[in-house]
Amino acid sequence: MDLITPGLGLVFWTVITFLFLLIILKKFAWKPILGAVSEREDGIVKALASAENARKEMENLHADNERILKEARAERELLLKDAREIKIKMIDDAKGEAKSQADKIIVQAQEAIESEKKAAMAELKKHVADLSIEIAEKVVRAELSNKDKQMQLVDSMLGEAKLN
Amino acid sequence: MTITGIAAIGAGLAAIGAGLGIGRIGGSAMDAMARQPEIQGKIQTSALILAAFVEAVALFGVVAALIV
Amino acid sequence: MTLNTFKNVFFSALFIAISFAGYASENPDNENDKAFNAKEMIMHHVKDAHEFHIVDWNNKPITIALPIILWTDQGLTTFMSSEFHHDDSGSHVVEKDGQKFVKFHEKIYQLDANAQKVTFDAEHHPTNASQPTDFSITKNVFMMWVSVIVLLIVFISTARVYKKSNNKVPTGIAGFMEPLIVYVRDEIARPMIGEHKYKKYMPYLLTVFFFIWVNNIFGLIPFFNGANVSGNIAFTLTLAVFTFIVTNLSGNKNYWKHIFWMPGVPVPMKIFLMPIEIVGMFVKPISLMIRLFANITAGHIIILALMSLIFIFETVFVAPVSVGFALFIGLIEIVVTAIQAYIFTVLSALYIGMATEEAHH
Repeated sequence: MDLITPGLGLVFWTVITFLFLLIILKKFAWKPILGAVSEREDGIVKALASAENARKEMENLHADNERILKEARAERELLLKDAREIKIKMIDDAKGEAKSQADKIIVQAQEAIESEKKAAMAELKKHVADLSIEIAEKVVRAELSNKDKQMQLVDSMLGEAKLN
Repeated sequence: MTITGIAAIGAGLAAIGAGLGIGRIGGSAMDAMARQPEIQGKIQTSALILAAFVEAVALFGVVAALIV
Repeated sequence: MTLNTFKNVFFSALFIAISFAGYASENPDNENDKAFNAKEMIMHHVKDAHEFHIVDWNNKPITIALPIILWTDQGLTTFMSSEFHHDDSGSHVVEKDGQKFVKFHEKIYQLDANAQKVTFDAEHHPTNASQPTDFSITKNVFMMWVSVIVLLIVFISTARVYKKSNNKVPTGIAGFMEPLIVYVRDEIARPMIGEHKYKKYMPYLLTVFFFIWVNNIFGLIPFFNGANVSGNIAFTLTLAVFTFIVTNLSGNKNYWKHIFWMPGVPVPMKIFLMPIEIVGMFVKPISLMIRLFANITAGHIIILALMSLIFIFETVFVAPVSVGFALFIGLIEIVVTAIQAYIFTVLSALYIGMATEEAHH
């Protein structure tokens, strides 16, 4: 019975001691400690969130880079293709030009050759005619010195002429 | 037998009851932990609280025995 | 192998103890006037005292005198406990301001005006003396203050660690205390009270937890062993009353409705439940009070009783058994110190949580 009868004195001192402890610890211990702990936890949460953000940003950046790179690559491809096409066209054009030019030159050359040939032929003909006349003159001169022979020649020539 | 002796028997009976109760709680908690080890902490906490409740009843008996 | 050896030694010791017990009980004529009374010794150690008894040396007790503060009809009277000259049987009378005091079984009685010596009736109640209100700084109050000093030193230095470091990293003592504080917050306050309201009750719960725990631990340290602060019903009563006050002051409409007019049941049931709930309101703190008191006191009694076996059997051969068992119980008690502090705090938080819970049906 004695054991479970609370003594008034101890109750009194416990109340005072506990209230004192509660107030002092609340002000000087629990507040700063819990504040620091929750501050740090908030800090950790924030740091994690910002890290996550940074990661996402990096991912975005990476995706952007990838996209830009892809675009650049496509552009380069396009440019190269264009260049190739232009090159081929240029070559083709040049080839055509050259060919037509060459054809023209050939034609001109042929024409020139033709006209030269004609001129040469004409000259040759004239030469031949001159020569034949000269020869004929010489021959005739020689032949006509003898009367018989002149007659003979005229006869043969007449005979030949009939054949023509 | 004096009143103190009877009170001592009463306290003993209270202890038996609490022993059975806490034993059941402990056994069931062990079963539950074996079944679901992932919530072991929660089971342990609940088991402790429940054991405290059961124990309180026995302690009431002991105190009643102390009073007489 | 070692376990078997230990078992053999242990049981042979036990056997010797039992045979000596038989021997001791066969020789009752050894008893003299100062026969060892285990019950008296245990009760003396478990109860509060007006002086701090350390040890008996050459039959002279070595004690720390503590102030005695009494409130009599003449007002406040104070003197040191040493004035009783270690007398606890009521034979030494201390005169102070014309008032006469005696100490009997750690209770201070004021003798009636004309009495010279205290007389007792058959049940050891003084017949010619009354009890003044006793506000003495007893052994328990003294130890409580020691625990308060320890708590203040530990936690204020913990708080200083955070103040000094700018990155809030716990170092030194804070590294040790912080997990405990965070445990109380995350495992006790948050789940029991709820995420939104727990902050307001954190100082109370933390103070209760550490106050009880430290006093429990002090009760186990041999030098302080006499000081059974947390096993004293006055101490547990006070803390339980604090929990009761905090619970009922923070009780919301929903809480009172559940006590006086239980929702969701028929009217006769409401009337039937009301007294039960009202009783329950008081039983909760009473169970808190009794649980802590009984657990801690029982631990002290068991350890002291095991030690008493040596003196009951009057042989040193029981000592290994007694010490072995007491050590084993002591180890359990170390766990119990933490568990009881935890239980008290958890249940306080649970009751507060029940009182602040919002209606959900």
